[in-house]
Amino acid sequence: MSSSWPPTVADTVAPGPASTADAELVGALRAGDEDAYLAIVGRHHASMLRVAMLFAPTRAVAEEVVQDTWLAVLDGLHAFEGRSSLRTWIFSILVNRARRRGEREARSVPLSSLQDGVEPGTAAGDAERFSDEPSSWAGRWVSHPRPWAGRVDERLLMAEVQATVRAAIEGLPPAQRAVIVLRDVQGWTAPEVCLTLDLTDGNQRVLLHRARVRVRRALLEYIDGD
Amino acid sequence: MAIDRTVPPPGGISCRELVALVTEYLEESLSGPLRTRFEAHLAACEGCAGYLDQMRATVVALGRLPPEDLPADVRARLLDAFRTWQRR
Repeated sequence: MSSSWPPTVADTVAPGPASTADAELVGALRAGDEDAYLAIVGRHHASMLRVAMLFAPTRAVAEEVVQDTWLAVLDGLHAFEGRSSLRTWIFSILVNRARRRGEREARSVPLSSLQDGVEPGTAAGDAERFSDEPSSWAGRWVSHPRPWAGRVDERLLMAEVQATVRAAIEGLPPAQRAVIVLRDVQGWTAPEVCLTLDLTDGNQRVLLHRARVRVRRALLEYIDGD
Repeated sequence: MAIDRTVPPPGGISCRELVALVTEYLEESLSGPLRTRFEAHLAACEGCAGYLDQMRATVVALGRLPPEDLPADVRARLLDAFRTWQRR
């Protein structure tokens, strides 16, 4: 297994409009196809929970919001016109509900919390070690990172590597976690994530960068620990 | 022999600076001139090439995570909701 770049993502779509696959799925849901329903629920549930947790005060509330969202999605299916992709439509319903619920719980998370990890002072490279000693250029590596080729690739499917990555994701600040899950795990495009989470392109990229840096660090520690 | 403290880094950017730009590079959002300097540095610096490789491998690893299982109670509740919705 080789690490081809860019990674193949089955459904890299812009925020809209809906694809043929979306239209077929909507048709199947309207027709009462339980397998199609469970498939889409399964595909989005974990990321919906993480997005809901950006606004909801507790995980239990976030879970309620996700369940309410599926009911609202089903009720609204007849009105889905395919101007956006099905998933951005579902997540816009989720975010609206999570926000309202968060406000009602009077523990509304201010919008600025979505910027966590964007503030200066936690620059991405901080965890790396660079030298300004003379002999070569300043700001160079103390010891060179080495390619993982062949060391990670064949192990990507191993439970330990997956557990390492999952634990690193769970340890991230909520906004970084939501962005990296949607972008890198679910394969959403940057415009879809910006639209759904109401982030600027720049902030989305900073959150993604900080999150990737921390997941890479966790993988490095796992690999070096062998 | 005096050590030259002013050796410019390849591409005119340091490793520290390059690391902070890696996601912008992978997202193809670096400006043309900065991208050229980034790539000039990469071509001359084994450490940064290794770092970029590791970041790419990280993204690949993230993309290969299998879907998380739907907890049985959540699955049951959501399926109930679907059946109720259909009967309406």
